[in-house]
Amino acid sequence: MSEATLKTTLKIYGVAASPGIAIGIARVLKKNKIVSTGILLNNESDIKNEIEKFDNAIHSSVNEIERIKNNENLNSNQESQEILETHIELLTDPQLKIDVYNEINVNRKNAIDAVIEIIHNIVQVFNKLDNEYLKARAADVQDIGNRILKNLGTANNNEHHFLPNTIIIAEDISPTEVLNIDLKEVIGFVTQAGGKTSHTAILAKSKNIPAVLGCGDPVNIIEEHDLIIVDAANGIIIVNPSDDCIEEYKIKKTDFDEKREFLNSLKQTPAQTTDGIKIELLTNISSTEDLEESLDYGAEGVGLFRTEWLYMNSKTFPTEEEQFEYYRKVALRSKDKPITIRTIDIGGDKPLDYFQLPKEENPFLGYRGIRICLDRKDIFTTQLKAILRASVFGRFKIMFPMISNVHELRLAKEILNDTKDELKENDIEFDLSIPVGIMIEVPSAALMADILAKEVDFFSIGTNDLCQYILAVDRGNETIKELYNPFDPAVLRLISNVISQADQNNISVSICGEMASDPNATRLLMGMGLKEFSMSPSSIPIIKNIILNTSYSQANEVWSNVQRMDNGKSIVNYLQELQ
Amino acid sequence: MISKTYIIKGADGIHARPATALVRLVKQYKSSFMMKKGDKSIALNSMLNILSFGAVGGDSVTIDIVGEDETEASKAIELFFTEVLNKL
Repeated sequence: MSEATLKTTLKIYGVAASPGIAIGIARVLKKNKIVSTGILLNNESDIKNEIEKFDNAIHSSVNEIERIKNNENLNSNQESQEILETHIELLTDPQLKIDVYNEINVNRKNAIDAVIEIIHNIVQVFNKLDNEYLKARAADVQDIGNRILKNLGTANNNEHHFLPNTIIIAEDISPTEVLNIDLKEVIGFVTQAGGKTSHTAILAKSKNIPAVLGCGDPVNIIEEHDLIIVDAANGIIIVNPSDDCIEEYKIKKTDFDEKREFLNSLKQTPAQTTDGIKIELLTNISSTEDLEESLDYGAEGVGLFRTEWLYMNSKTFPTEEEQFEYYRKVALRSKDKPITIRTIDIGGDKPLDYFQLPKEENPFLGYRGIRICLDRKDIFTTQLKAILRASVFGRFKIMFPMISNVHELRLAKEILNDTKDELKENDIEFDLSIPVGIMIEVPSAALMADILAKEVDFFSIGTNDLCQYILAVDRGNETIKELYNPFDPAVLRLISNVISQADQNNISVSICGEMASDPNATRLLMGMGLKEFSMSPSSIPIIKNIILNTSYSQANEVWSNVQRMDNGKSIVNYLQELQ
Repeated sequence: MISKTYIIKGADGIHARPATALVRLVKQYKSSFMMKKGDKSIALNSMLNILSFGAVGGDSVTIDIVGEDETEASKAIELFFTEVLNKL
């Protein structure tokens, strides 16, 4: 470290493309630029020769990729396999062949110059595309181009040997280079070009190698053998860090690696009890960013998509078009997982700047949620239209908040049906069988669950509000905070009633309140028959872990024990002891 | 000729993985396949053409299929665009 301490510490910022932390030694890779030969072919036999050379180079290139593909270490890695399949398709592409043949036949270029020209043209086309992901495929085209050129005999030897703890610093690293590098030695990537959607990023991620890409020119400052920290959690490179900084990052690295290992070990595992009962874990989200996080944590869908965020981040009521674009974006990012969209739930406690509500004595018992929507049909209809129109792009469910009686539900459904009819008349497509459900968060709705269940496709229990209303306790009030207890037997009886009524009427039911992410409540709720839990994305592994270690009969036992207890305190104590 | 229009699902449209699957699907049939959007039109047997076509989520594309096995081919294409694409 003595050498490092003499050098100045520098920070370089880039895109955190594959999360993690690496501390190691810089190895700077320089690319040899391949230049055209400028040779023009004289006669037909030269042309025939060059075409044959090109065909042979394609053949050798495909063989090379097949060899990498069959390499034992890679067989288990699906991402690598798929990217290599794509490269084989690109190498054998009929359009590429036609274009190169044409350059040789008509423009009398030799095979090397023809390939340089055609690959360059294709890369240009890709660079002009609007979509970031498709644009990033230019790197794949360049990669196969370089491979063909290497097999045409250009000096482009990329065989490298690395010392342990190497961090590769390069202008760009191609996907197949990543696959060729011996990962026992290489622990991090830093590049000038590239970004989150590059195949290099995807591979680095699948191999758990921290990578900060797209750092730009500052990367040139890094010298061979510099000590480097790659903080790919935050997209920062620290060149020649101080000893204190290194110590700090060693701790960060251990924490990060442990957490990742825990998450990864659970991500692909389906949530089911030891006796094979499947439980669905969903998330509560407010934005597309939350949706990405949900998928990262292995969520099976979204149990509550709050739409208030869209209204709160706007200066006036968002138009149908604005809302449509927003919901469509969510649908397109959802990977065909179900998304339950809750229609706007504003009120005295969640006011909008442009929609001033009169001051109320009791906003929680006032003008809010569906009550506003039924009164202001214009606001409601605009949102419903946008949701319905976006429903063709994914699997949406519509959920009404704050329903307190069957009359409100029927009115809301009537407005929904009128909106559907209007779309049909105008030949606008939407999901004709979009499921409709309600939040159960008002005690009257929980008590009438048997009646309500006959008119909806699903329930979602909002335990936070339900608990407040049942116990007449404002959970924000410090003085009476102790009285707010979702494990009070009165609350549990009502929740259980809702779950069994849903069950008897063959509709699905989930919980989207905080109880769903409370580890103390998991077994209890499963014992009541709950099969869907909706929570914040980061809670999923914790709750999944409990489910994986519980049998259904154990869960039933917890619920029957709790039913014999007469107060919330003993129930909480009992549940805590179980943990 | 069988001609049908599909809405592309999945935010990144026909990206590398689905394009590979699509090219391989097309190769299984004797029919020839064209994909059209606006004034752009390409043959579906080329990965490069499909990727540079730049079809992203939400776009409508029309697929024309001509050939002796066009009925079966059309069924496979329909399955691809309605069931497979958004999961890739």
